[in-house]
Amino acid sequence: MVIYGVALLSFCTIVGLYIGDLLGIAIGVQANVGGVGFGMLLVILGSNWLTRREGITPATAQGIAFWNAIYIPIVVAVAAQQNVAGALSGGAVAILAGVLAVVACAALVPAIDRLSRKRPAADAHAARVELVR
Amino acid sequence: MTQTFVDIVQRNSLVAGFAVIGAIVWVSYLISNRLTNGRIHGSAIAIFIGLVLAWIGGVLTGGERGLADVPVFAGVALLGGAMLRDFAVIATAYGVDLAEMRKAGFSGTVSLLVGVVGSFVVGAAIAWVFGYRDAVSLTTLGAGANTFIVGPITGAAIGASSDLIALSIAAGLTKSILVMTATPFAARAIGLDNPQTAMVFGGLMGTTSGVAGGLAATDPKLVPYGAMTATFYTGLGCLLCPSVLFLGLRALVE
Repeated sequence: MVIYGVALLSFCTIVGLYIGDLLGIAIGVQANVGGVGFGMLLVILGSNWLTRREGITPATAQGIAFWNAIYIPIVVAVAAQQNVAGALSGGAVAILAGVLAVVACAALVPAIDRLSRKRPAADAHAARVELVR
Repeated sequence: MTQTFVDIVQRNSLVAGFAVIGAIVWVSYLISNRLTNGRIHGSAIAIFIGLVLAWIGGVLTGGERGLADVPVFAGVALLGGAMLRDFAVIATAYGVDLAEMRKAGFSGTVSLLVGVVGSFVVGAAIAWVFGYRDAVSLTTLGAGANTFIVGPITGAAIGASSDLIALSIAAGLTKSILVMTATPFAARAIGLDNPQTAMVFGGLMGTTSGVAGGLAATDPKLVPYGAMTATFYTGLGCLLCPSVLFLGLRALVE
């Protein structure tokens, strides 16, 4: 049933956002901390659990796939309601702060990315050592 | 007759929103295929057109919600609002490889910390260059360089004036818009073509809308990985900016 897929998504979304809000309250910030991330984890765990238990029927998967596919149009709608005029009228200090923050962080992507890259290499090395033994 | 049509559209705003966004996407893929030979991704063009329409809407109405402030296009607000955005982002997690996520766990966490502190420092430094000298102004603008949510929350917490808060929102919006539009062009230079790098990218940039849009225009398969880390960024920023970072900055300038 298509509704099972949609219902699974909505359950995971609500519970995930709830966890995010609770976490925000617990650490004393007025924001949702990782709600969407927890929701995503629940979808991953939930779909794995369902697959193992009785399998996800194609119809159920369709209920998830639709929202997965409608995601980019939704992002376009998100873009269409940004306060672009407000951002541009914010003045040079706001625009420069935003632009340079992006440039600086983008430049750091390769460096931080390497932190985790080392480990697979070490694993490969360990595996080779195992093999030699 | 026109009035009847407008009434129908307004009463069925969400449904009309699907038609509006569908038209934008159709035109975008036409431009992508005919004018750029598919070199610039259709969704990148669609997001850009969305931003241009948002700018036009903002200029026409003087409102804060872009195209959605034009009554006929109110459905765009519902379609692109936080509710459906979060729902659709969470849907992208279906089929995600948990092992990939675990592999990038460490660098993803580091990227969040570096992203929040790094953007804060850059924002505060720019504010300093423009003549701001008090810790409250510097912190509010530094927080604005995090995301357009961290800026106002931090500003309100430390007692910044409303024009400063408006500036911090503008800084965050600039960031979000730039990430949406520039990511496809910067992707190759920063090696953004795999799930692990996408997680680092999401943690460093932090703006959920920006990361989601930018990755969608680069490679939709990367969206869930970038969104996963980005979703923790605003919370971390709201935690660090008005506390540790504010106190540290105040000790430095006063």
